[in-house]
Formats: sequence, structure tokens, C-alpha cells
Amino acid sequence: MKKREKSEVIIRLRDVHKIYKMGQARVHALDHLTLDIKKGEFVAIMGPSGSGKSTAMNLVGSLDVPTYGKIFLDNNDISKLHESDLAQIRGKKIGFIFQSFNLIPNLTAKENIMLPMLFQGVSFEEREKKAESLLKLVELQDRMDHYPNQLSGGQQQRVAIARSLANDPEVILADEPTGNLDTKTGDIVMKFLDELHKKGRTIIMVTHSPELAQKHAEIVYWIRDGQLEKVTRRK
Amino acid sequence: MKLEYFGIALKNLRRRGVRSWLTLLGIVIGITAVVALVSLGDGLKTAVNSQFQVSSTELITVQAGGLTGFGPPGSGVVKPLTKEDVLAIGKISSVEAAIGRNIETLKMEFNNKLNIGYAVSNPEGENGKRIYSYLDLSAAQGRLIGDGDNNKILIGNDMGDGTKNGFGKDIHVGDKISINGKDFRVAGILAKKGSFTIDRAVIIMEQPLRDLTNNTDEVDVIAVKVKSKDLMEIAKTEIEKLLRERRNVKMGQEDFQVSTPQAMLSNVNQILTGIQIFIALIASISILVGAVGIVNTMTTSVMERFKEIGIMKAIGAKNSDIFFQFFFEAGLLGLIGGVIGILLGLGIAFVGVDALNQFIGGNTPHQLSVFLVSFALFGSFFIGSVSGIAPALKAASLNPVEALRK
Ligand SMILES: Nc1ncnc2c1ncn2[C@@H]1O[C@H](COP(=O)(O)OP(=O)(O)OP(=O)(O)O)[C@@H](O)[C@H]1O
Ligand SMILES: [Mg+2]
Repeated sequence: MKKREKSEVIIRLRDVHKIYKMGQARVHALDHLTLDIKKGEFVAIMGPSGSGKSTAMNLVGSLDVPTYGKIFLDNNDISKLHESDLAQIRGKKIGFIFQSFNLIPNLTAKENIMLPMLFQGVSFEEREKKAESLLKLVELQDRMDHYPNQLSGGQQQRVAIARSLANDPEVILADEPTGNLDTKTGDIVMKFLDELHKKGRTIIMVTHSPELAQKHAEIVYWIRDGQLEKVTRRK
Repeated sequence: MKLEYFGIALKNLRRRGVRSWLTLLGIVIGITAVVALVSLGDGLKTAVNSQFQVSSTELITVQAGGLTGFGPPGSGVVKPLTKEDVLAIGKISSVEAAIGRNIETLKMEFNNKLNIGYAVSNPEGENGKRIYSYLDLSAAQGRLIGDGDNNKILIGNDMGDGTKNGFGKDIHVGDKISINGKDFRVAGILAKKGSFTIDRAVIIMEQPLRDLTNNTDEVDVIAVKVKSKDLMEIAKTEIEKLLRERRNVKMGQEDFQVSTPQAMLSNVNQILTGIQIFIALIASISILVGAVGIVNTMTTSVMERFKEIGIMKAIGAKNSDIFFQFFFEAGLLGLIGGVIGILLGLGIAFVGVDALNQFIGGNTPHQLSVFLVSFALFGSFFIGSVSGIAPALKAASLNPVEALRK
């Protein structure tokens, strides 16, 4: 990935609302959310449970569209797109890392990493080559043909990191990536995220841990009741 | 490109439980029935039809008794036909000759083995020779029998074969066979006809056969030779009219049967077609049940894999990518059912053709229709994938966020 100007904005949220209808009740998961995320930034999102962090991640990751408001990814408005276009965009530009790893259980580590490239029409040989080099990156080249249930939680999360990189995305979205891991294993996972950040990737991470946010993120967005409460920057 | 999803579909099939394989039973049974039916049905028709080819097309058969006419001739006879009936039929203007024949099951002993076999009478005089020519019989070994051959017999080709005749030993011209306690010498062996009624028969002159069975007047079958083919129907009507008068029965209540070979053949073919339709019906029902089963198991696995679908969408799977995975998986399920069904069906047909050749005689070959097999393969994949359309659409249209929350 080529080095970019830090000031370039890659994600722009403008007055974003997300309202879930549950029968008669309406849940205002996001409310007037406006924020910019610059290319190459390591962003942490913090806030109480139910404050709308995951909802925001899903919108940024083009898994969903806002009820009102606009979202720009790389200066393209993605707030009104249809599912097939969204799928294409998220496949190319976004890498997801989940709290519960979310590997496909009946595919090996390598096959899991190859899968995002399959959806982008990459040839088998190229997929295999890329997957192997990514496994090397997360230091799991000797676990290539293991199935997820044959890997520890930390190893699974490293495979998930490798998978998120398969299509060289601009942005890595990590929703509580260490939430299911002990501190030591979590640190190893964070080490890899730090490395990606150093190589210039934009990383947005949801976390409940102030220390983690303090240690790794350059900027922290605090969310409460679907609204931006405050922004803190590392000195 | 979409073909790559075959690989994923295959992987997904491998982790399926016994339950989803059981739902394939319908497809298996259906395809088995279709394959067995088609392979066997044609063989059966060929075999049966060849049984009738041996009877000359201008021969009408007259029998007493039942309406079905498919039991062994003469069985269940209430009022037998007689020599006088034969004479009377012979006088009808469209008839060239009427020949009475008797068919008896008798105890036969050879090689110290006792078997039940059946013997057919050959009339004395001119009619005896006529029968040979009508049925186009000739001796492969020895000679045909005629007047004066009262302690001679003529045997069908299979009767001479030790592997087929039940005596465990070949019978040769000149051998002695004891029939109902009386010794007969084999004068000849008939050429192979491919029809068990002839290949398995023992032919005895009429009088000695009557003596063996204490039968003076009764006749089991009357073979009627018509003067020309165009007169078949007329002759049939006249014979029926005559016998109604002689036996004193009304139209529609005949206790006898006058059948032309064409009518018999079409009767048998009708029954065979009926059986085929019946099995085809069973096959379609089981295939339908199988299709419903596939819809069911696919719907279940879509539910079970909600999360996976969400993950795939999160890493860039388009709706069509998800659709084809499930579509192919359903198709492969059907295909697997089809392959099992084809193997079973061919197995049944193989055994069936053997049994057919054993019991009816003749030598219907084992056939493997490439067309049938590819049709069944394609058909089972088609049934599976069509059954998978609705579940696959459901999977494809899942909202990724919802799916991930499961
Ligand atoms: N699909 C949905 N349908 C209805 N309500 C939803 C849905 N998704 C989220 N919500 C609601 O929206 C609000 C925000 O949820 P969200 O998952 O974004 O919270 P969060 O900040 O990620 O919480 P946590 O820290 O527990 O993960 C919650 O009140 C939640 O119940
Ligand atoms: Mg959350």
C-alpha cells in the first residue's frame, strides 16, 4: 500500500441516523453522528454497551445503510447503494475483524483467507499465493491446513487478521478484536494491528478497554446513546 | 467463475449429518425405479414379444375356460374342449386346418432324477406334419417324430442341455427317459427357438400321451390355421359363434377363448405398459417426496448457517455468490441420490434380466444405456438444484447485519 498524506479523509459520516424498528418501538441506535476519519489513522471507538458502536462500524463497513444521513468512503457516497454494490465495495475496501473471530468452520485457515479473494474473482493460484504470504505475516504458516476448531482463539484471530488483509483493503474494522482473548494473547493480536497501522493502513477498533485505546490508538471517539460525546487525542 | 462454488458446496456436504442423507431416500428410490424400469422394461418387452414370434401369425388358438388365458393352458377348465369340437371347427370355410393338442404335466425321470415336466402332444397323420411347419420346427439332432413313433419322444433344445433341464445331465438322441413310469426313447432334439414353450417341451405322439393320462376325448388347445391372413377376424368370429352353439352359452358369457396372436401380444403388452405406468407413478411420487426433502434440509441448513452467510457477506460475497453455493449444494445432494439410484437401478435390471433369461428362456442381453444414465444424472442434479432455489434465494437475500447477529 502506498504511503498517503495523513490529512486525507477516507471516511466521512454526515448527520448519520440509524433507527431500528422493533414492532411499534423505534430504537435510535445512531443519532446525528458526524465525524471524519483520516487515512492511516488508528482510531478507537469507545462507549457503554448499547451506545451504537457496532452499528457505526457496520455502516462504515457498508454492511448496512443509514436511515438518514450520508456516509462517504473514499469520497464515494455509499449511503444509498444496493446490496450487490455494497458487497463489492466492502469486499475490496474493508477488512473485518470480529470479536468472535468468525472464521468459516469447514474451511481451513488457508481457505478462509482465500475466500474474500474468490468473491473478487481472483484466480486460484494467485489466491493461494497471497493466502500463504499472509499466513506468514501472522506467523501461522505451519497452521495452513488446520481447521478453525484446531486453532486456539488467538491463532483464529490472527487468521482473521490475515483474512481481513486478503484484498488489500484501505480500512480495517475491528470490533472488540481482543474481547474473547486473555491479555497476553490479546497483546499478540494488537501487535499485528500495530504493524498494519505502521504500514499505513487505516484501523478503526471498538474496545471497552481504556488502556488498549490509550496504548494503540491516536484518536478516540467516545459514543453515548448514538451520539458523539467527545474526542480525545493521544498527545 | 461460479463453478468454483462447487468446491465449497462439496465441503459443506461432507459435514452433513445422517438426517440430511436420509432425506435423499426419495430421490434414490425414484431414480432406482426409473433406471430399473427403463432398463428392465425394454428387456421384458423384447423377451415377451419373442415368445410370440414363434407362433405363426395365421394361427388362432382356442382354449376352454377362464377369461384371462394366461395360466398354463387347460388349467381351471370347467368344460373341456373335445375332439368333436376340433372336427367342427375344421369344417368352417375360412379354416384350413384345426388341430387339437394336449398339454400335460408329467413325472419325468432321467439320470436317476425325478422332475415334473410338461409334454405336448403331436397329432397323428397329416396334422402332425402341419404343426411342424406352422411352428417352423426342425430337428437339430436326430429327427422329428411321426406316425408309429409311439415310444419315441422329441425334446426341446433346452431339455437337452444338462445345465437347464433340471436333470443335471445332457440328454442325447437315443437316451431313455421314463415318463409317468413308461420308457420313451429320444428320437430328436429340436433346434433352439428362443421360446420356453418350445425349448422346454417334450413332444409325444397324441395317442401314447392320451394313454399315459387316460384321456380319450378331451383336447386342451386347438390350433386353428386360417386360409389367409385377411380372414383372421372372420375366422375368429365364426369359431366363437360355432362354439357358443355347441357349448350352449350366450354371447358375452363364453367359457372358452379364441385368441389371435396379435390380440395376445397386445394383451401382454398392455399389462406390461400398465406395470410400467404404475412404477413410473411410484417413481414420480418418491422423486416428489425427495424434492420436498431437499427443500427441507436445505432450508434447515440455511437457518443453521445464518452466521456463516453473514460472515461471507461481510468479506464481500454478493447475493449471487451465496445463492450459487446453496444452489450447487442442493444440486449435488440430488446428484448423489441419483448416483446411488442409478447403481441400484442398474443392479436390479442386471439381476432382473438374468432372472428373465432363466425363467422365460431366451437371451435378452444386459444393456447399459448411456442416454438413460446421463439423463438420470442430469435429472437428479436438476431436481436437487430446483429444490434448492427457494432456500438458496432465502440465504442470498439475508441482511448481513442480521445474519451476523445470530
Ligand atoms: N438489528 C437490530 N435490531 C434492533 N435493534 C438493534 C439492532 N442492532 C442494534 N440494535 C440496538 O441498537 C443499539 C446499539 O447497538 P450496538 O450493537 O451498536 O451497540 P454497541 O455499542 O455495539 O454495544 P456493545 O458494546 O454491547 O457491543 C442497541 O440498543 C441495540 O439493542
Ligand atoms: Mg458491539
